[in-house]
Amino acid sequence: MGISGVLAKFFGKDTESEASKTVAKERLRLVLVHDRMDISEQTMDSLREDLIAVIGRYMEIDKDALEVSLTREDEGVALVANIPVLNLKRQPIDKSVIPED
Amino acid sequence: MGKVIVVTSGKGGVGKTTTTANIGTALAMMGQKVVMVDTDIGLRNLDVVLGLENRIVYDIVDAVRGNCRLKQALIKDKRLENMFLLPAAQTKDKTAVTSDQMVELCDKLKDEFDFVIIDCPAGIEHGFKNAIAGAEEAIVVTTPEVSAVRDADRIIGLLEAAEIRAPKLIINRIRVNMVKTGDMMSVEDILDILAVELLGIVPDDDAIVISTNRGEPTVLDSNSRPGEAFRNIARRICGEAVPLMSLDEKRGFFGKIKSLFAGD
Ligand SMILES: Nc1ncnc2c1ncn2[C@@H]1O[C@H](COP(=O)(O)OP(=O)(O)OP(=O)(O)O)[C@@H](O)[C@H]1O
Ligand SMILES: [Mg+2]
Repeated sequence: MGISGVLAKFFGKDTESEASKTVAKERLRLVLVHDRMDISEQTMDSLREDLIAVIGRYMEIDKDALEVSLTREDEGVALVANIPVLNLKRQPIDKSVIPED
Repeated sequence: MGKVIVVTSGKGGVGKTTTTANIGTALAMMGQKVVMVDTDIGLRNLDVVLGLENRIVYDIVDAVRGNCRLKQALIKDKRLENMFLLPAAQTKDKTAVTSDQMVELCDKLKDEFDFVIIDCPAGIEHGFKNAIAGAEEAIVVTTPEVSAVRDADRIIGLLEAAEIRAPKLIINRIRVNMVKTGDMMSVEDILDILAVELLGIVPDDDAIVISTNRGEPTVLDSNSRPGEAFRNIARRICGEAVPLMSLDEKRGFFGKIKSLFAGD
């Protein structure tokens, strides 16, 4: 806590941003994102299958080349997916873009 | 057929043994037939918290190895006739009991008792695996600290992997004044992070230290605040809907004087 924090405390004006529990919560959140990266193969497999099913509704993808992984970043964890697209399905055309005559 | 409930935490010293002793005693006060099992082999503790240390003849290792009959190893409480303790062994060999033996032991005990409450050692090693081996339900104890909550999260994951679903949380050692000034995580903060069902909250209170000194679980004292908290928890375990107790201290005249001197 800096001087201003000490003063704020002294004058009973402890703001939310200076409260140590806010720091505790944020540190916990980060630490748990990392801890929870240790998720099972089974969970990753079902995530992969669900991804294939959802994306498959919009485009044809190369299921065998699909890669999904969790990687560490500075400020947490990212889910990175590399999904080769083989073919795009024709989308139903949005009526509002058809010019009226 | 009784219920087997393990009390666990991951991090050491957050109050597993205190919780086991008080919930066990409170359930027995409600007329349930209770046995508490100390699985902290080499670091026997539950016996002293319950004030039964002078009565031990046999222990859990004797019981599973057949050095005595199971009944002989069960210590009957001196206050409540339907409450028993199966003490841990003070052997150096922490692996003296196997998981299979624990499962068998729990099966036998739940035939005889309404509640089998298992006090788990700290950590996630052999002792933890043993303690949860025969359990159907789990209580996870934490305190409002980063390290304790982190370990609780890990333990919840391990319990789920062991197919002990939906563990319930007890938040111990809450200091209401610190929560108010924003210097301690609140109950909501912790539930937000762990996303489990709350079984109860227990204030940080000198009564725990005093009752542990005497070997008299604090639930036996009808004026004790943490005692009330643990009695509420026991009622919830039996299916009663008991609201969370307010943590605001009831301050009488002496409480006010004391707080003047304590400067809070
Ligand atoms: N609510 C509370 N208020 C005050 N003191 C407490 C409270 N709960 C526990 N304690 C104290 O904290 C210490 C540790 O408690 P306890 O032995 O129950 O923890 P534990 O989780 O069983 O520890 P271990 O991991 O070593 O087995 C004890 O001295 C106990 O009296
Ligand atoms: Mg203990």
